[in-house]
Amino acid sequence: MGINRRDFLKIAGASALAGIGGASGLVLAKSGALEASQYTDDPKGLKAKRWAIAIDMQKFQTPEDYAKVMNVCHTIHNVPEIANPKQEIKWIWTESYEHAFASQDYANPYIQDYLKKKPFLVFCNHCDNPPCVRVCPTQATFKRKSDGIVMMDMHRCIGCRFCMAGCPYGARSFNWKDPRPFIKKVNPEFPARMKGVVEKCTLCYERLAVGLIPACVEASNGGMIFGDLNDPNSDVRKVLASRYSIRRKPELGTTPSVFYIIGGQ
Amino acid sequence: MYNGGKIIIGLIIFLGFSTLPFLFSLGKAVAKPDPRIDTPEIQKMAEKKCVESKQFMKTEHMVILNDWRDAVVRDGLRLYKAKDGKMYDMSLQNTCMKCHSSKKKFCDQCHNYVAVKPYCWDCHIAPQEGT
Repeated sequence: MGINRRDFLKIAGASALAGIGGASGLVLAKSGALEASQYTDDPKGLKAKRWAIAIDMQKFQTPEDYAKVMNVCHTIHNVPEIANPKQEIKWIWTESYEHAFASQDYANPYIQDYLKKKPFLVFCNHCDNPPCVRVCPTQATFKRKSDGIVMMDMHRCIGCRFCMAGCPYGARSFNWKDPRPFIKKVNPEFPARMKGVVEKCTLCYERLAVGLIPACVEASNGGMIFGDLNDPNSDVRKVLASRYSIRRKPELGTTPSVFYIIGGQ
Repeated sequence: MYNGGKIIIGLIIFLGFSTLPFLFSLGKAVAKPDPRIDTPEIQKMAEKKCVESKQFMKTEHMVILNDWRDAVVRDGLRLYKAKDGKMYDMSLQNTCMKCHSSKKKFCDQCHNYVAVKPYCWDCHIAPQEGT
């Protein structure tokens, strides 16, 4: 009893077809589990082309004015309090004029005395041309096309710290150790971070998405003005149009979205 | 067979070692995973239903969580329209764990059983285990 070449080829061909057909049937049955059309943004969310914050330095007089803004941010975002300055994590903090505006200080050392003595609130500038985004090898940090926020995707961060080298403002902090034990009061609505990732201010993307302004702006009692830099009628554009303001290290071409109003009305 | 004795002894030792994990657990029943969905939050619900059907969640919850993560973090999309038309906030901490309020009695049951260690909780904050 034998099988001739012709019959063998028929059987082989038929079983190959059945195999491919069956496998693709399985794949087809599985795909379409989730569709992109199932995802939408919250209609309550605030929208802009490019978010910006202007800080009115006249409204910041006492240490409490600064503290309340910094505390609210660090509390709701589960930012750990690590005393060692080499390992500390900060999203928003104060810096002296000399440090925050190094080039301006060099260009005009005879600027008003009160400015030189004043602490300045600093945080991520959400640059229009962010160097941190350019150097990130995994696109863990990226600029949102929708509103210009420089975002962090902690799921992708591999902790290489290129972004920390790239950022000229020192806005990024690295988690040298597990931050969880250093969080005084955990906010269960927001994630914490793990050892080995870089973190920074995210312009309260989670609050903007549900229609709230950033927590620092809300806590500042008018000391910080928030709005769309691309909208000439926004609060931030109006205040920038009427009073003198400066940005940090403009010569680097990063075009920050954070402005410091130092002039009068 | 040359060196037959040595070979046979060697084979017996090898067999003994390679079956050691099975011999150790011989006759011992390992507790089956028992994920509990009887949290107070779920019991209060009028219709006890997850985002999608039970069967779908059983096999695809990791796919859903990954897709949700990408949609929220990378695309800024926060709302999920379930197959039955209901809208949900795509959030592990603020949606999933609000009902499944015990990580120990829900997530860990199966994950420990099959020895998978998802890294969700390295950053995300699990709800406080109730009394």
